Amino acid sequence: MRVKASERNGSVIVKMLMQHPMETGRRKDSDGNLVPGHYITEVEAVHNGERVYHSELGPAVSKDPYLAFTFTGAGSGDTFTVSWVDNKGESETTDVSIR
Amino acid sequence: MIHTRREFMSTLVKAAGLLAAVVTWPRVVWASWNTQAFQAESLDAAINAKYGSMPIEDSDALNLKAPAIAENGAVVPITVDTELPVKNISVFVEDNPSPLACSFNIQPRMAADVSVRIRMGQTSNLVVLAEADGKLYRTTQEVKVTIGGCGG
Repeated sequence: MRVKASERNGSVIVKMLMQHPMETGRRKDSDGNLVPGHYITEVEAVHNGERVYHSELGPAVSKDPYLAFTFTGAGSGDTFTVSWVDNKGESETTDVSIR
Repeated sequence: MIHTRREFMSTLVKAAGLLAAVVTWPRVVWASWNTQAFQAESLDAAINAKYGSMPIEDSDALNLKAPAIAENGAVVPITVDTELPVKNISVFVEDNPSPLACSFNIQPRMAADVSVRIRMGQTSNLVVLAEADGKLYRTTQEVKVTIGGCGG
């Protein structure tokens, strides 16, 4: 996933782009078979052991989800982590350094 | 000590089992995903599953930025922000098969200012609810969809 974080006036603005099919479970393939649902269910960001972002997503979130948020208490040069988990138990975690 | 082939094999199987347990153990266990709310098939059922029967009040203090017309229902950009001391913000698409699209749990250091891109199957009302002080604040906007985002 790609995450950009920059500090402005004491707030850290975070923009995240995850690569994920976000299959709704309602789409049919070319043979007419239902494609099983496969989507990110939760996303979180943690700074200094404290959760600074948490969202629950459903299959109505677009493919390759884009999410943005703002948090305080961190500055340029600090790092934090962003993680997602999906309905199949797959997950991804990345370290982000604040510009 | 291992003296026989049987003992050796038994130890091997136990070790493999342990290894499998460790490998398949989910590294991220959050499990707060509200299955009932996300699977509800009407707006009322989704709101009820998510928030129970909290009182709802329309509010101008909840700002929703969404396009009036979305050419592509597969990618509808949304931003919600508010100065209210909210604990949670949820986005519902009234006419989607499952109306609850996403829900944000506002953390102590997190601003009540979130963006997301969602799918809309057809022209529908967007309903955003934010929970604060045991109450739900609501804002609603219609988005006209030219090409639906839930087809194959």
